[in-house]
Parts: sequence; C-alpha cells; structure tokens
Amino acid sequence: MTITRRSMLTLSVGAAIGVVAGVRSGPAAASAEDAMAKVMEFAGGSEPATGTITLDAPEIAENGNTVPISVSVESPMTDGDYVESVAIFADGNPSPEVITFNFTPMSGEASATTRMRLAKTQNVIAVAKTSTGQVFMDKKEVKVTIGGCGG
Amino acid sequence: MAAVKPRVKVPKSASAGEVITIKTLISHPMESGQRKDNDGNAIPRQIINKFTCEFNGQMVFSCDIDPAVSANPYLEFTAKVNEAGSFKFTWVDDDGSVYTDEKEIALK
Repeated sequence: MTITRRSMLTLSVGAAIGVVAGVRSGPAAASAEDAMAKVMEFAGGSEPATGTITLDAPEIAENGNTVPISVSVESPMTDGDYVESVAIFADGNPSPEVITFNFTPMSGEASATTRMRLAKTQNVIAVAKTSTGQVFMDKKEVKVTIGGCGG
Repeated sequence: MAAVKPRVKVPKSASAGEVITIKTLISHPMESGQRKDNDGNAIPRQIINKFTCEFNGQMVFSCDIDPAVSANPYLEFTAKVNEAGSFKFTWVDDDGSVYTDEKEIALK
C-alpha cells in the first residue's frame, strides 16, 4: 500500500484520538452517578429535601489541595430533634466520600468547617440527617484551577 | 514522619448554656493513597480517619474522615457548655496511633 497524503491524514487523526482517549480514561474518577448513589445510601431511601441546610464553599478554588468548606443546618438541637449527621460528597474526586460529621444535642449547633481536596471542577454535595428522619441536601459547584489529588 | 502535633483552641470560660466554637488543627500529611513516588509505585494511604470530641466523658462531636480531607486537617465545630469541665479530643490514625489533647473550661 502506498502512503498517500489522504491516508496519512486519516492515520494521524486516528492516532490523535487514541492518545486523547487513553489520557481521559487514566485516573478512575467517581462519576456523578456514583456520588448520587452514595447520597441515596446515606439518606437511607428517603428523598432529600432542599433548604434548612447551607453549604458554604468558594465559587473558584485556586488550589484544589485546600478548599475551605463549611456546612450548617438549622435545627433546635434538643434531645428530641437534632441533626444526627452531615456527610459531604464530591462527584469528581477519585472517591466521592469526603467527611461525615456526627453531632449530638451537646453540639449546640449543627455547623462545622474543614478543608478538603478537589481533583477538578465539580459539585460538592452536603446531606444532613436528623433524629426525626428528615433528610436535607445542598449542592455547590466549585471551579478548581489546580487539582489537589497529586499523582 | 514528622511529629504529629495537635493544636486546639477553646475559650477559657463561658457562661452556662453558651454555645462556643472550637477550632482544631493537627499536623499530618494525610497521604491519600492516590499519589505515586518517583518510581511509579503507589504511596500507601495513611490518614487520620476519625476525630472525636468529648466533654466530661460525654460525646459532643465526632467525624469520620476520608482521604479527600486536606493535609493538616482543620476542624471547626461548636459545643454547648452547661458546666465547667474538660474537653477531650482524640484523633485516630490509619496505623492505629491515637493522638489526644485536653482543654479545661470554666464558667463565668
């Protein structure tokens, strides 16, 4: 087979696509579905409602290694009605779980702050579960300039 | 590994029933298990996977930590103070080490 200009072009385009596809499928990132599955597992079957919970995260994070996030849930925090736990998930990290805060009525308020890693631009999801069985959810997109998963 | 040093900030005193803010920081690399060394071998995961805060022996706040939490994990949370006493903070490492710190609080 003689190599014509046309066949050469087709070959190189094919090779380029192959390289791009290879890079894309490199690190195993959690998909949005994985994250939602984890959210549902945490929620224990009940559909999460919006409101009551506030997730605070920067709109743009320059450094994905330390992204400050804080979460607070409106609750009377009495023995009969308090926020049991709040879980944070990230849908574009190698694994979606970030942290789970467990509160007690002794906590006074259901609010906490920490710093997390974000591999790329993605949604951060906070889900709260109360002692009365209610589930609340909030979601924020954080744009990441430099990813924070090393490697 | 460098010495792991916990640091905790708790107000010295509070009025009864007041909700105070507690800030904690601990020096720890939080190796995620995702990184590779220069030869391409995966660096094994080593993180702090649990933190608890107790007041006079009663659980106030705890959390389960995953590798997505940054190095030198910082935590800020609240606690309701009804009496004078002491807070006990515990961090649990993947390798089984336990780091603790204690802070006293008085009533105003």
